[in-house]
Amino acid sequence: MIRALIALLALLAPCIALAQAYDDPDAAPREKIVAGLSRNDVDITTSFDGSDIIIYGAVKRETPIPYDTLDVVVTVEGPARAITIRHKERRFGIWVNTGKVSVGAAPNFYVVATTRPLDQILDPAEDDRFRISVPLAIRAYAGTSSVEDVVPYTEALVRLRESGGLYRLDEGAVRLAQDTLFRADVQLPANLIEGFYGTRIFLLRQGKVVATFRAPIEVRKVGLERWLYRLARQQPFIYGFMSLAIAVLAGWAASALFRQLQRR
Amino acid sequence: MQIYLPIAEVVVNAFTLIGLGGIVGLMSGLFGVGGGFLITPLLFFIGIPPAIAVATGANQVVASSFSALLAHVKRKSVDFRMGWMLLAGGLAGSSLGVMLFNMLQKLGQVDLVVQLCYVVFLGLIGAMMLQESLRSLRRAKQSGPIRPMRRHQHGWVHRWPLKMKFRASGLYISAIPVLLVGACVGVLGALMGVGGGFIMVPAMIYLLGMPTKVVIGTSLFQITFLSAYTTLMHAVYSNTVDVMLALLLIIGGVTGAQIGTGLGAKLRAEQLRILLALLVLVVCGKLALDLFLRPSELYSLTPGILK
Repeated sequence: MIRALIALLALLAPCIALAQAYDDPDAAPREKIVAGLSRNDVDITTSFDGSDIIIYGAVKRETPIPYDTLDVVVTVEGPARAITIRHKERRFGIWVNTGKVSVGAAPNFYVVATTRPLDQILDPAEDDRFRISVPLAIRAYAGTSSVEDVVPYTEALVRLRESGGLYRLDEGAVRLAQDTLFRADVQLPANLIEGFYGTRIFLLRQGKVVATFRAPIEVRKVGLERWLYRLARQQPFIYGFMSLAIAVLAGWAASALFRQLQRR
Repeated sequence: MQIYLPIAEVVVNAFTLIGLGGIVGLMSGLFGVGGGFLITPLLFFIGIPPAIAVATGANQVVASSFSALLAHVKRKSVDFRMGWMLLAGGLAGSSLGVMLFNMLQKLGQVDLVVQLCYVVFLGLIGAMMLQESLRSLRRAKQSGPIRPMRRHQHGWVHRWPLKMKFRASGLYISAIPVLLVGACVGVLGALMGVGGGFIMVPAMIYLLGMPTKVVIGTSLFQITFLSAYTTLMHAVYSNTVDVMLALLLIIGGVTGAQIGTGLGAKLRAEQLRILLALLVLVVCGKLALDLFLRPSELYSLTPGILK
């Protein structure tokens, strides 16, 4: 009898597991993002002066459109680099750097584009989980420090980067049509560094993230820029001598040219 | 015309850079200073990362001082023997300076030391030069146009052993003070990220008693080689030389240097010294204000992790 029961359970087990999976709303989301980028790579040439990326897409769903409002948030994040934030204080009449906080890796570029003001559409708990807003995206990388209160330092980092246009919150920059089609125009600044830039798209309903999408954009130097960069890293001696040769040659050429001019 | 710099990874206007190079080149030709103490702060100001500015500034100094040096060689106003001796001292001093720099970096206050160094040295030298050249200008006016300057003031410097003849300078002095001057300039140059011409020129005039005519050419000789050494060290050990940035600065710089040398030949030595003294004092005043006035932003960002 018992043996028969066990056999029955063993037979049923996969079916139970399957049914559970089907009930879990996370496993099969009702709405999915289908998206594309106007370009997957950005080439930095000598005359590079910034670039525009269009991130567009649609919401794919098999059920009717729910009644609550849909919002879309798009983030683009540059490669992370180590940075130190320093604070000046007056000591013995002069202004000296006293405290410092090193952040192991902070993105050099971060932009958040939204359909509506971020604090109205995003639940703080969800922001914490997905690290969407600018301060949270930075805090994700907080490193060790020597000072007691790190907050003013990370705030200063965000403030300085925001004033330099490297961190941005573009509320209303994402356009959404018929709760289905969306488009965001993200302007990449001229001062880009090489690397992979991560693009994230979030669908929000009632402050909750209901779907996400990720795609990378590769930013790389091409042509002369690439050649010089590689040479400086891989053959620093040759690069150094080349720099000196250019300097000496230019110095000599100018001298010879002016002597010619003076003779006339 | 905007241009993307491959190593600095910033976009700047090409004509701004050529203009900056031109101004610094003019100084170089006029006064025999490399112009490092001007180019580096100017590059910070237009948004070039400090490490790149220091290293690339050194590369630019090579070009402008080499160009000016050639003009001086043509006019036979270079004391090569003195130049080699100063260079020998300078290379030793420079290596010592780099070690000192790293030590201060570990202590965490290298910026302050560098800034204080600038203010103290520029202030002292500027004031000394201004006072001296004003006095000699007044003296020249009072007692007729031609009065030979007393060069052979036999001070403590001239009593030391290991005497050498420096024919072009018309000096017969000990090699020790020459090496010491070179070494001091090397140490300060490495600490302050400059060629050290603005320290060297007054030291040659007032400490070694060299005639102003050969001082500038000889100083340029030493600066050319010393900053070439610095450039190479930076390129190899920190990858901070941006050749594109350097090229633009150089185009302006070599042109400025040639104009400066031509202009320098027309001006009188006292006038030149007054001009240099005023320039040094202006830069000193600016740096001193930075130390004493409350900065508009108390926080600053530095790439990398500082220990």
